[in-house]
Amino acid sequence: MNPKPELMAKDFSSPEEIRWCPGCGDYAILKTMTQTLAKVGAKPEETVFVSGIGCASRFPYYMETYGFHTIHGRAPAIATGLKLARPELDVWVVTGDGDGLSIGGNHLLHALRRNIGLNILLFNNEIYGLTKGQYSPTSRSGTRSPSSPDGSIDAPISPGQFALGAGARFFARSIDTDKIGLGEVLQQAQAFNGAAFTEIFQNCIVYNQDVFADFTDRKTAEDRQLRLQHGEPMLFGKEKRKGLRFNSETFELEVVKATENPDQVLLHDEKNKIIAQLLLDLSAPMALGVIYKNPADSFEHSWYAARAQGLERTSSVAEALHNTDTWTV
Amino acid sequence: MSNQETLKSIVVRLAGDSGDGVQLMGSQFIASTALTGKDFATFPDYPAEIRAPAGTTFGVSAYQMNIGANPITTAGDAPDVLVAFNPAALKVSLPMLQKGALLIINSDAFVSRNLAKAGYDKDPRENGELDGYQVVSADISRLNLEAVKPFELSKSNGGRCKNFWALGMLMWMFDRDLGPIEHWIQKKFAKLEVVRDANLAALHSGHSYAETTELSEAIPRFNVSKAKLLPGEYRGINGSEALALGLAAAGELADRPLMFYSYPITPASPLLHRLARLENLGVGIMQAEDEIAAVCAAIGASYGGAIGVTSSSGPGIALKTEAIGLAISAELPLIIVNSQRGGPSTGLPTKTEQSDLYQAIYGRNADAPIPVIAANSPSNCFDTAIEAVRIAVRHMTPVILLTDGYLANAAEPWRIPDMTNYAAIEANQLDANTGSENVAFQRNPVTLGRPWISPGEPKLMYRVGGLEKDIRTGNISYEAENHQLMTRLRADKVACIANFIPNQEIEIGTTKGAIAVVGWGSTHGAIHQAVRKLGDTRVSHIHLRYLSPLPKNLGKLLSGFEQILVPEMNMGQLSTLLRDKLGIDPIPLPKVTGQPFLVTELINAIRAELPGTDSGEELSVIQGEHI
Repeated sequence: MNPKPELMAKDFSSPEEIRWCPGCGDYAILKTMTQTLAKVGAKPEETVFVSGIGCASRFPYYMETYGFHTIHGRAPAIATGLKLARPELDVWVVTGDGDGLSIGGNHLLHALRRNIGLNILLFNNEIYGLTKGQYSPTSRSGTRSPSSPDGSIDAPISPGQFALGAGARFFARSIDTDKIGLGEVLQQAQAFNGAAFTEIFQNCIVYNQDVFADFTDRKTAEDRQLRLQHGEPMLFGKEKRKGLRFNSETFELEVVKATENPDQVLLHDEKNKIIAQLLLDLSAPMALGVIYKNPADSFEHSWYAARAQGLERTSSVAEALHNTDTWTV
Repeated sequence: MSNQETLKSIVVRLAGDSGDGVQLMGSQFIASTALTGKDFATFPDYPAEIRAPAGTTFGVSAYQMNIGANPITTAGDAPDVLVAFNPAALKVSLPMLQKGALLIINSDAFVSRNLAKAGYDKDPRENGELDGYQVVSADISRLNLEAVKPFELSKSNGGRCKNFWALGMLMWMFDRDLGPIEHWIQKKFAKLEVVRDANLAALHSGHSYAETTELSEAIPRFNVSKAKLLPGEYRGINGSEALALGLAAAGELADRPLMFYSYPITPASPLLHRLARLENLGVGIMQAEDEIAAVCAAIGASYGGAIGVTSSSGPGIALKTEAIGLAISAELPLIIVNSQRGGPSTGLPTKTEQSDLYQAIYGRNADAPIPVIAANSPSNCFDTAIEAVRIAVRHMTPVILLTDGYLANAAEPWRIPDMTNYAAIEANQLDANTGSENVAFQRNPVTLGRPWISPGEPKLMYRVGGLEKDIRTGNISYEAENHQLMTRLRADKVACIANFIPNQEIEIGTTKGAIAVVGWGSTHGAIHQAVRKLGDTRVSHIHLRYLSPLPKNLGKLLSGFEQILVPEMNMGQLSTLLRDKLGIDPIPLPKVTGQPFLVTELINAIRAELPGTDSGEELSVIQGEHI
């Protein structure tokens, strides 16, 4: 048997003309996605991208896989129905902060708590792009926008805290242009059995330019980003001189000089939900990578485990019609 | 020896508090009736509250059944026998009863507190209100507690057996074999020995009581004629069961899994419960987080190549509307079952209505046509489910299937169909001669349906969504002309279904006459009886199953009648539809009380429109049909 020629990143790009704004962070995510799928040897015909509505949700059109661009907020629900009927498929959900956490918050919540095998990518740009710049559920309080000219007054939701609160078993975070970090996270998400939820900080150059610059700017990135690896110490900064330790008085994480307190620096344990929650409360440094990963049986696994025959028929309707009290005339 | 009456048919109503177990009592009585070869129709009438305050009129739960020689097509206008567990049940039921009806009253419940709760100033047994009825008072509560005493149940648990006590009495009156009920109790309470034995004791006690006490002189025994049914094997079935089995049958005929995603809502939930037990027939179910998720998950399943089905009632269907538009745009098969109930808003959740016809036909944003079909009897839900799936798969379109609260709960005998008589359900095949690009939208020129391509097929990968598609390639298109063409195409696709459905036939009567009584859905039984009993050759009954598109011959058929009378459990929605589609001017006959039509009110309404009839001579109720 001839081995199938390996697919390249370009084999995962569809011929459709891309219609994102020039310079949009989505381009970088798309590129890393095609590279990741090539790297993990994904089969295009068994890969499906499902999206809702918003800039991010155009994503499926640009992938040379199966794709379903659905309605606002409902991608997790549609993907759930698909995954349950076709558990062998690799199903990705692409959503944004408005699509996933505002109009579709309920479906995201339930997809996560069910732990159904979807790879959910939330492109968070803290703004409504496609509808021209209104504040979103992740916008920081005080965000000035066409619908909040004096600044928004509602508090933003934290996608990570939302996910952990919903019972998610996998939460990761990355940055649109961070090819290596995002690639690693996508690979882990793809390999995870269950709902893998990844928040990607995505720069909207038109309506929310540089909203994440405080930690994505190359000049300060080293000092502002904590790149987590399971089992490794939580170190960051120049020459990894800073570290995080747990303050047992305040119940918070705090920055220490790693060189002076090497044994106080926490090791990242991706199964530890308490630490994951503390990491999500940090903004300086910003925790990136797989923050929480604690596998449990996926929804589809449990669903099929309860029915040995899968979706095959073991009886006939003709039999079922007679399988009750009957009488003959 | 008590007096024995022989009847062609008899209507029995059981009424009590919603915790009295009258629904169970009724369904068990019917199960044993079915085995004796009678035709029947049943109608449970229960309150929205699970355990409404005891003793109140709004908490009354009732189960009405019409038993006898065929054709029995409704649960009966006026009960001949009422079993009333308390004053409220009597108060609510009395106005419906046949003159001279037999009342079996649980006298233990007729205490001042209960009388007051029911709104009685005085005991109706004593103030002459029950004159003209045959009243049998029995201390059902007390006698039942006596019977179950050996099992040392608490007073409240022991009291729960009284439905079986009363059932025992009823079984004696109708000379039924207790065997099937004993068998059912033994199976149901196999693990709860005390409950099992107490219920059996209550059943036997009620039966012996009717037979041996001095009251037996007063209690008549009924001998109900057997039905003249077509030969074959029969079973009892309610609408929800028939629909569940019909959907499973459609999956079998299409040789695809059937994925059912639903959110609990009255009166649609029984379908979810039934399908949950059909996994050996290739049915998968999931209870979704909300109505929108349910329809979306069904669309996801259809996209994956399974038959996606969702179900709800009017308010839930409203929530699903946007997603139905997606299925129209993406051209995916999908079944949306609407078990209609009284509305608007939460309305009358447990009462029946047909008021979602506008919603089904017209209720979406944009020009978004969809096929709509309606089941017309409990057993007919089976064939209607198969037909809905057939249309959805053949034309790659969502289909709305209308039932209602009455059909969902009502039961009747059903001659079990032979599955080999049903044709396979075939999807549009990909034309092997076409190139491999953009095949997903190369439609069948006759059905206008596209091929059903699902993930897993190498080389046929495509992207689809709710954005307008190019009519040739299926790629996104914002072209002005193209949108016109696609809108036209979606309309043509639904319209062309008329080429595949049978011509409209007449149920009763001839093709020409003074009045065509045109109905749809669950009113079939009542209209059928009314037109049959009227026996006037100038009146025909026509019943629509296909509501969108309408059968091709319908306009011509209706033009043979001077007047079109349309009885509906809404304010005239089919009348509007017929006016819209056929340009005719029907006479609406609306009823929105949450109750099905009575045969008598239909007869009176038809007579009122018939030329040369003395409309002064109104029928009160149809008398129990003595032989």
